[in-house]
Amino acid sequence: MAEHILEVRDLSVEFHTAGKVVEAVRNVSFHLDRGETLAILGESGSGKSVSASAVMDLIDCPPGRITSGAITYRGEDLLHMPAGKRREVNGRKIAMIFQDPLAHLNPVYPVGWQIAEAMRVHGMPAGDAHRRTIELMGRVGIRDPEQRARAYPHQFSGGQRQRLMIAMALGYDPDVLIADEPTTALDVTVQLQILRLLQELRDETGMGLLLITHDLGVVAEMADRAIVMNAGEVVETGAVRDVLKHPNHPYTQKLIAAVPGQGSIRHSAVGVAEPILSVRNLNKHFGTYHALRDVSFDLRAGETVAIVGESGSGKSTTARAIVRLDDADSGSVQYGGRDLCALSDKEMFRLRRDIQMVFQDPTQSLNPRMSVFQIISEAWRIHADILPRNQWRARVLELLDLVGLAAEHADRYPHQFSGGQRQRIAIARALAMQPRIIICDEAVSALDVSVQSQVIRLLDNLRDQLGVAFIFIAHDLPVVRDFADRVVVMKEGAIVEEGDVVQIFEAPAHAYTQALLAASLEPDPDQRGKHQRESA
Amino acid sequence: MGRFVLKRSLFSLVSLFGLLVLVFFLSRLTGDPAALYLPVDAPQSVRDAFREARGLNEPLLSQFGDYLVNLAQFDFGDSLRRQRPAFDVVMEAFPWTLGLAGLTMALVLSGAVVLGALAAIKVGGVFDRISSVISLAAASAPDFWLALMAIFIFAVGLGWVPTSGTGTPWHWILPVAVLFVRPFGLVLQVVRSSMITALSSAYVKTARAKGVKQRAITFVHALRNAMLPVITVAGDQAAGLLNGAVVVESVFGFPGVGKLMIDSILQRDFTVVLAAIMVTSLAIFTMNLLIDLAYALLDPRIRY
Repeated sequence: MAEHILEVRDLSVEFHTAGKVVEAVRNVSFHLDRGETLAILGESGSGKSVSASAVMDLIDCPPGRITSGAITYRGEDLLHMPAGKRREVNGRKIAMIFQDPLAHLNPVYPVGWQIAEAMRVHGMPAGDAHRRTIELMGRVGIRDPEQRARAYPHQFSGGQRQRLMIAMALGYDPDVLIADEPTTALDVTVQLQILRLLQELRDETGMGLLLITHDLGVVAEMADRAIVMNAGEVVETGAVRDVLKHPNHPYTQKLIAAVPGQGSIRHSAVGVAEPILSVRNLNKHFGTYHALRDVSFDLRAGETVAIVGESGSGKSTTARAIVRLDDADSGSVQYGGRDLCALSDKEMFRLRRDIQMVFQDPTQSLNPRMSVFQIISEAWRIHADILPRNQWRARVLELLDLVGLAAEHADRYPHQFSGGQRQRIAIARALAMQPRIIICDEAVSALDVSVQSQVIRLLDNLRDQLGVAFIFIAHDLPVVRDFADRVVVMKEGAIVEEGDVVQIFEAPAHAYTQALLAASLEPDPDQRGKHQRESA
Repeated sequence: MGRFVLKRSLFSLVSLFGLLVLVFFLSRLTGDPAALYLPVDAPQSVRDAFREARGLNEPLLSQFGDYLVNLAQFDFGDSLRRQRPAFDVVMEAFPWTLGLAGLTMALVLSGAVVLGALAAIKVGGVFDRISSVISLAAASAPDFWLALMAIFIFAVGLGWVPTSGTGTPWHWILPVAVLFVRPFGLVLQVVRSSMITALSSAYVKTARAKGVKQRAITFVHALRNAMLPVITVAGDQAAGLLNGAVVVESVFGFPGVGKLMIDSILQRDFTVVLAAIMVTSLAIFTMNLLIDLAYALLDPRIRY
């Protein structure tokens, strides 16, 4: 049997933090061959990124420490190589691209300089490195590379930045490319383009691709083999088909079951009730940028309307205009017989309690210096007539119970909770106002798949129990399929299509909706490329 | 880039004019100039003549107008004590202060950047500990004490350098050394913390994954990103030095603006004081403009 190009054996890594030792990776083994794609699948904290960082010698020691194991590249031990020789491997034999390319590109140097540097540091003369840079930028799909090489990272879009990172990794045709969540922050259509590019490049150069991801769709789309990590250990390993279709380990089974967008589409229970909120012809400019163009839709009592679209489509701007966090330039929002856009601040204040928001990142939307009790009860301090003070405690406990938290959580602070728990607190805070409408702005996007499905189930129950109507803003189509009654598709500030969830997912009319669905990745290998084929 | 410079210059001019208004009217608030300039027992006729000669009987606003017109020609009036234009007196002293400030800040920046960057590479390491102690001690040492101790040890005791005055390069050593200490301590602290942030950023990880050497990572990738806060603090310190290092110049008998201002205030030579304030303000505004330019040069996101 041929020697593996990259092999990790019994790797253990621990981190020494204030007073305690965290075993981030325990006895992890895997290998990679030329021309294949191996996916490391896991949720946050599973140790998948730490494993990759160990291969690239990117773990800071201290606090990190590799306690055991071996990492070999073409039979050479990377962990016990002299520093100078080790450095020669990075970027030349093994290259890496990261999530969030904006942060990973140096903001103060032109991108061409940064790509060429990857070659110059390994001894390529400046002139050759420049020519190769232009060639690579063209190869990864940057138009007008000669000109664009002089531009800075902030002058590119998110997808283009990831293309630049890929160009930077390819300078010496590396044997191994490690891609750490390469498409996580990208829109679905851009994600598909980047994944396609990686596939092409792998086939062209014969490199091995080590793909680190939390997304089963990406695994199904890209990988030949997969290993599944949980809490620092490998729990499952095998060919992608076997892992996704016949998982052995309970964790893998749970993970696959939690993936949204499976099974039959829910049928809306909401009939033709009168709308409780009518958005009409909202327009909004930011400078010369037309952010909202005649946005109109209705929301009925107890109904969930999803607004989907890619970044910059105007989804969040619509939400902010409805609750008047930003005022629209023109248009109206009819609620309870009044136009919210025309109300004075004082009148709006009284109506605010009826429409509450839950934001994407609960780490930022919850005040870190307030206890959970204070966060939830703050609403009653502001709107004094909702609840007399002597009932606050009891009601907070009731709300915590409703969102699946315990009574003892009331006096803790946000940093003591996990991401999913924090989002539950944010939901409890919204419920404290007894709202009729809750606007969720990407409320589950930052959560791990298994946590995401729990939060969706919670929202589902609240809808049934309390009759709250939801405006559910998301870029993730499968989640929408599981939760929404109706779907509004936005592009460049305008609504391009609107309809029942069944209609949108089964028979999308607009080309853009079709493109969105086609780009959405299926976690089932048998379904893989289904939408692509249908739309072709 | 041209537009950027023009805009910043215009803003500076507005601030400069504001300062001018402030200085002029505040100086009038301190009382009747005739009473300040003339001996206490000067007869009324002399006072009247003085007022007439200097246009002090005109309405305040028209005095201000005249002042502005004169200013535009760099005419600040004559020094009362020296019988020469106040502007000339100030311009004799200013190059000394400029030289002192420039030399000191050049040494401060180069020293603090190198030591701070080395300290940040290994937090808690040898360099880091040394630089922490130095920066703390330096930032809190009072300059009058340092100046006296320096004279006592190096000039009087060891006799390596002259005690005071000017003339040879040796005369610069003690004043620069004493002025160096406090800004060095402060800037060193900022470089260290700013470099620690930069070195833990994502783009440094990318550079390591590319195989860039630690030295290039530190001084090419991280340093340029870390320089913005450093420049802000260094500019602040430089402004303090340009204002005239009053204590140090006095102690070392160094003929700079600081010493000139103190002498003029003691001699009630207010034309010289006003001229000195305007010249140093102009210098500080120019420096702030240069700092803004440095920001734009260092960080392309500010440029566009």
